[in-house]
Amino acid sequence: MIKAILIFNNHGKPRLIRFYQYFAEDMQQQIIRETFHLVSKRDDNVCNFLEGGSLIGGSDYKLIYRHYATLYFVFCVDSSESELGILDLIQTMQSFTFFFQVFVETLDKCFENVCELDLIFHMDKVHYILQEVVMGGMVLETNMNEIVAQVEVQNRMEKSEGGLSAAPARAVSAVKNMNLPEIPRNINIGDINIKVPSLSPF
Amino acid sequence: MSDVVEKTLTALPSLLSLDSQPGSAKLSSTSKLGALIRGITELTSKHEEEKLIQRELASLKDQVSSPNTSMRQMKEAMVRAIYCEMLGYEASFSYIHAIKLAQQGSILDKRVGYLAVTLFLNENHEFVLTCYDYKHIIPIIIYCVYDTCNTPLVEEKLNHPKEIIRRKAVLALYKFYLIAPNQVQHIHNRFRKALCDKDPGVMFASLHIYLQMIKGYKDLTASFVTILKQVVSGKLPMDFNYHSVPAPWLQIQLLRILSILGKNDQSTSEIMYDVLDESLKRAEINHNITYAILYECVKCIYTIYPKTDLLEKAAKCIGNFVLSSKINLKYLGLKALTYVVQQDPKLALQHQMTIIECLDHPDVIIKRETLELLFRITNAQNITVIVEKMLEFLHQSKDDHTTIDLVGKVAEIAEKYPLQTMNTVFSLGGDMIQPDIPNSFLKLLSEGFESEEENKKLRLFAVDSYILLLEGETRNLPQRFLQVISWVLGEYSHLRNDLDPARVMTLLTKLLEMRQTSSETKTWVLMAMTKLCSGEASVSIARSVCEDLSSSMDTVQRQRAHELLLLSQDRALRSQLLPLCSDPEPLEVDSSLSFLDAFVSEALAAGAAPYKPPHQRQEELAQQKALSLEPYELSLPINMSSSCVTGRQSPTLMSVSSGLSGDSAELSHKGGSTTLKLEGVKRVWGREGYLSKKEPVEEVAQAEIPSPLSSPNQHTGASGTSSNTHPPIPTPEPEQEKQQLASSLFVGLGSQSSLCLVRADIYALHVAVFQYSLSVIRPVVHFEVMGMLSYQSSHKSHEVEFTYKLPLTNFIRPFTVSTEQYGAMWLAFSNDTKQNLNLVTDGQDSLTDTLNVLKGKLNLHIVEIIGMEGIVACRLAQDQPCLLHCHIHAGTLAVWLRSPVPDLPDSLLYHCQRALEGT
Repeated sequence: MIKAILIFNNHGKPRLIRFYQYFAEDMQQQIIRETFHLVSKRDDNVCNFLEGGSLIGGSDYKLIYRHYATLYFVFCVDSSESELGILDLIQTMQSFTFFFQVFVETLDKCFENVCELDLIFHMDKVHYILQEVVMGGMVLETNMNEIVAQVEVQNRMEKSEGGLSAAPARAVSAVKNMNLPEIPRNINIGDINIKVPSLSPF
Repeated sequence: MSDVVEKTLTALPSLLSLDSQPGSAKLSSTSKLGALIRGITELTSKHEEEKLIQRELASLKDQVSSPNTSMRQMKEAMVRAIYCEMLGYEASFSYIHAIKLAQQGSILDKRVGYLAVTLFLNENHEFVLTCYDYKHIIPIIIYCVYDTCNTPLVEEKLNHPKEIIRRKAVLALYKFYLIAPNQVQHIHNRFRKALCDKDPGVMFASLHIYLQMIKGYKDLTASFVTILKQVVSGKLPMDFNYHSVPAPWLQIQLLRILSILGKNDQSTSEIMYDVLDESLKRAEINHNITYAILYECVKCIYTIYPKTDLLEKAAKCIGNFVLSSKINLKYLGLKALTYVVQQDPKLALQHQMTIIECLDHPDVIIKRETLELLFRITNAQNITVIVEKMLEFLHQSKDDHTTIDLVGKVAEIAEKYPLQTMNTVFSLGGDMIQPDIPNSFLKLLSEGFESEEENKKLRLFAVDSYILLLEGETRNLPQRFLQVISWVLGEYSHLRNDLDPARVMTLLTKLLEMRQTSSETKTWVLMAMTKLCSGEASVSIARSVCEDLSSSMDTVQRQRAHELLLLSQDRALRSQLLPLCSDPEPLEVDSSLSFLDAFVSEALAAGAAPYKPPHQRQEELAQQKALSLEPYELSLPINMSSSCVTGRQSPTLMSVSSGLSGDSAELSHKGGSTTLKLEGVKRVWGREGYLSKKEPVEEVAQAEIPSPLSSPNQHTGASGTSSNTHPPIPTPEPEQEKQQLASSLFVGLGSQSSLCLVRADIYALHVAVFQYSLSVIRPVVHFEVMGMLSYQSSHKSHEVEFTYKLPLTNFIRPFTVSTEQYGAMWLAFSNDTKQNLNLVTDGQDSLTDTLNVLKGKLNLHIVEIIGMEGIVACRLAQDQPCLLHCHIHAGTLAVWLRSPVPDLPDSLLYHCQRALEGT
């Protein structure tokens, strides 16, 4: 299970924090600080795994991290997660960050570290994307196209709400009744359906 | 990385539409959140940030509680509250509004509300319990954060036409199962149904569940194997490929499930051999994710019932990992090796060279993993090198977590191979190791194991190896190790019949002649000689040694030499005092020294002053201080205490002091009185050599103005000779060096604390704050922090000195232990002291009252109070415990303190006394 996802910058400022196990507020801040301390003193050419710090649960837990531009992406996971699997997941998430960066750069060149700031400007949206990837500490979806498709559906809803904001009640019902378009790459299961032969009938 | 990014950019043009509404991004940078973020980035100090956020929170509070706030504003306010919480500022006023938002409004409002609720609250928060009925709890507790349907009941969602909803519902149910397993027994069937869902994604989600509860589902093995077979052979749609690997995460999950199923179960394992073979074969593409699959596969093969040709293939695979130039793969390779090596130690042999290389790897994590691997393959032959490597790493390591872990491992090895490990630990760890370690080692040797044969073998081995060591170069052996060696030789060399005691004596004499040997070690050596001394040759050696030492400056050495001389001449007395076969029965030590009573009363009658315990003496000295014009010296009689320490550390020495009764008592009493006379006399030379000063500048100040604040024993290390030779040095650079030197001298002397003050340039209107952490090296009653501030104003330099007195109580922390743990520790600690203290008598239960006073004033932890007895525990900041046993005896509180740290009981007792005097 994933215990926490922490994104912070080179100075240890939190940019996105999501805990999947409860920690008190001040404990969370301590964990962020400890993790930053552990991760930031490592070179870029060493391995991406760290045995957990003392706060988040000791040696049963691993920190899997990537350093990208000004940001550290840290996943704290237990032994039931695959190290390399998570590492690739982080890469998927990073590509989103990168995407945001490109997007914002075109609109506003005022900020020097756009990549970072954009994470927080769109904090809620980043959280929604994260929700499509990880749910309750479990990996829900790893396919980027699939994640994008989900976010897209949500965006479309947001837009239609924006248009109908004058009549909120109607908007709600409209969204409810909206025939959400099929995700373009929805899997055609057809004949290559997975067969589970020896299951007893319910 | 770049290909992924590229893919994102081409695959996601629609994501741009997220903000294709004109102004939405503009809005983000001109919105209130944007303003807040920008405001924070412009700030320079944490303090300013705090002020800004508090202001922000106040305005947020107004906004969310105002009835006129629109949904849109509310959503925006929620995001800001989330941001503040992320930075560590509590926004609890918004919790209830987050819940409201999640309940009402449109789906998008709910979405923000749910997000805020899941970030703010946890299962145990009162709001979750009070504000929600069953229907609402489900989505919140299970983090089923948002879905496009309105019905909150998750189970219904399992039949939802949309695949993603079913998938989330499965995970949600699983979470629910984790929280309340009893209430959802009926959902097991639904899990099964999820496993055969027509969509592989839902099936994947259900694997999370089966991974957790798989033990009860042996009958599903064949199904899982079939699923994996289909996945591996590419039966899934192309969409599930990740870097042209079919559904890698699914494969990983399935392999894990299979390894749990096949563990210790031959028939189940046989079903999966084929598919594992297939997986190994297919995973050939050079990408991270295939390595992830391979790694799981190898682990699985080594977990289930073994099959030879699969094991061979897996071993080859591990080889590829370990030899890889990619550091992450190397790490995993080492991990796999560590896992595998328990079944097949030969595999480690194949990769010997790589492992050796990894030991010197610049990455600490790789090093640690290698040590972990070595730890698993430790045996009697390689133990020395492995422990050496571990200790080497321990020296470099600064991370607490690592240190604790490694020390545990060394200890574990030590249990398996006591002698070899301890020899390595002693010779490498040297004088840095805790004094308790050699003690417990000697205890182990003398008490031994269950079989007598084993004991003898171990002791003989010890004698042989130590003789060998002493015949070699002894100069670099640490003092503690020498002490252990001399004890063992004295006690057990008679076991080796063909060994001439004179030979051992000669070796020991060599130690005495060495300049590096400390006086404490010399006493140990002399004791060993006393035990050994039999036969003509040895007696003559003993005699010459005694002649050398009879003029020694050290009273304890003189005493021991004297004993040696007498006993070497009187064989009958020697065999009576020091029987050859060491008695395994515990020696009875009369710690109250009641056999001295007659002697004491005689002395008192003759007009001698009554004995006062050291802390009481310190106390009195401190009270007289106002009249004194000279700084006082250390009042703890050093020689006395050193003889006490040796006495406690060696069981044999104890037997001597109790056995010798009157004679030795008289001598030791004399020893005590000589040292008492030293009070008030400047000590220039100490046990460790010339006693240097802490800071030259401060010394001058002391010589001129005796500070009425300072208490006598603070000057342990600071008592100086001529202050004139060290005039204050105005230039800052050399001073800084001096201070550093002073602080290192401080440590060398085993004094109170170590700190290094750094010169600070302070500009007008700026406040400079320096933080130093103090750690106690040797406990005393009070610590004194001294410092000097030098600054320049209009080209003139000024210096201000300051001192600050810290009582030991500042370093004391409560120590929470159970009564059982307390009992175990009590027996293990060697330094103790006893005293009767005043009772607090104004309440009903005087013991509880007294202990509560101590608890309140000294920050102690009361473990348990039973009737007239109470046990209390505390520790110094760096985990050095002190245990107190208190019981009411004749209207006073009899306290008995024990600790592994010398001087801690005495110093703490002083504070206990002070705390109770005030009441």
